[in-house]
Amino acid sequence: MSYFGHVLTHLRKDLQLEWRAREMINGMLFFALLVVVVFSLAFDPTSYPTVTRQISGGLLWVGLLFASITALNQSWARELHNHVMDAQRLSPAPASALFLGKALSNLIFVSFIELVLAPVFAIFYNLHPLGQAWLLLLILPLGTWGLTVNGTFFAALSLRTRNRELLLPLVLCPIAMPALLGMIQATTNVLTGELEPGLWIKLLVGYDVVFTIACIFLFETVLNAAD
Amino acid sequence: MNNRSQTQRFPLWASLYLALTFAVLAIGFYEAMTAPKEATMGNLYRVFFYHFPHTILSFVFPYMNCVAAFLFLFWRRSNPARALKADAFALASGEITVLYASVGLATGMLWGRAAWGIWWTWDPRLTTYLLLWLLYVSYLLLRKLTTGDQKAVLSAVLAIFAAIDIPICFMSIRWWRTQHPAPVFGGGADSGIDPHMLPAVFWNLAAWAMWGAFVLGLRYTIERRRQGIVAVEAGPVVAPASPVLEVR
Repeated sequence: MSYFGHVLTHLRKDLQLEWRAREMINGMLFFALLVVVVFSLAFDPTSYPTVTRQISGGLLWVGLLFASITALNQSWARELHNHVMDAQRLSPAPASALFLGKALSNLIFVSFIELVLAPVFAIFYNLHPLGQAWLLLLILPLGTWGLTVNGTFFAALSLRTRNRELLLPLVLCPIAMPALLGMIQATTNVLTGELEPGLWIKLLVGYDVVFTIACIFLFETVLNAAD
Repeated sequence: MNNRSQTQRFPLWASLYLALTFAVLAIGFYEAMTAPKEATMGNLYRVFFYHFPHTILSFVFPYMNCVAAFLFLFWRRSNPARALKADAFALASGEITVLYASVGLATGMLWGRAAWGIWWTWDPRLTTYLLLWLLYVSYLLLRKLTTGDQKAVLSAVLAIFAAIDIPICFMSIRWWRTQHPAPVFGGGADSGIDPHMLPAVFWNLAAWAMWGAFVLGLRYTIERRRQGIVAVEAGPVVAPASPVLEVR
């Protein structure tokens, strides 16, 4: 089986598991919705459209970050039942294929949440983007990949530690901060239409490329950290 | 044990080095206090002589940490004894990074209060420097929360990720509009300071680099000793008790 064959097998397995259980997606979706409601307590989104436009990009990504952190922990914890993780380590398939399959499936899950959440956001916060809204189709996947590639990696890293649920956000957030800055600024620029988001999109592309490579190279080390 | 009493003694060269470091620190202090007054800020700017070395050095220690992390992963299988040394060095340099970045942040805030009238501002350069601090705090936290053999491996991986993150942080200074002054050295035609202030800058840079190296060495020695105690407690068997199944 080729390398991409392995990646696809892992991806298909994760999608199938999620299709049968639908735990992660439902959990993330409801959590993100709750975050939207909680943020609306902090300010009045409909009376101040300019303020809302300026901060909505940040709120959207913070909500997505929280939601994906809750789900990313689950995505590996699933593999711990019945020692599946040990079986994965014994398998001759490349370890990075396991990682890529998992990261891609997480990308699909979080993107699905975005597809539902973005319209909800626009309706609840009465948003009318003043910039080129089609650029969001570029910014959202780039930002999501930045979050999920590192998130999947660090979820695997914190899997066998004490307090793994606690450790993931502590490790992921500082590393993901440049990406968060890029996606928040790019989204805000699209919503307000005041500045070009080009520089931030470039930052996101650079961040994604660099950290995807780092994750692929170091995943095997993390997977076999205990021996 | 004879061996133990030898390792516990503070070696002569270390005492001499420490004395030299104190001498250079004293010269640095003298130079900083006698350097000419700055045109707009008066005496308040003198905190710069402490802010500058600490911030510059807190960008140096992370790379020592990263190199040690690489060496640890490289030697992990082939030379476990040497890998342990690399891990002790990685821990020491990670802690010194947090220490120097904390001092850099604190002196920067004092200076910011004097120069801009505010303790803190979310300008990209300050934010990314805070990010550096957060990265290495999370590194130390990971070391706290992991146990056993995987501690060194996982923290080495995180150290490499953190070191990759720093250039993004460093580049941001050139990319983004910023309230922080342009880099004092090598920031363009207008950069640079009065040549009379240079001795104070360089003496303090040397002094704090020497002090940092001393604390680093001390922390490294303590960690090596701790590793030694763990090894003694684990028993004389160095090789794993059960045969390791080599999968790949």
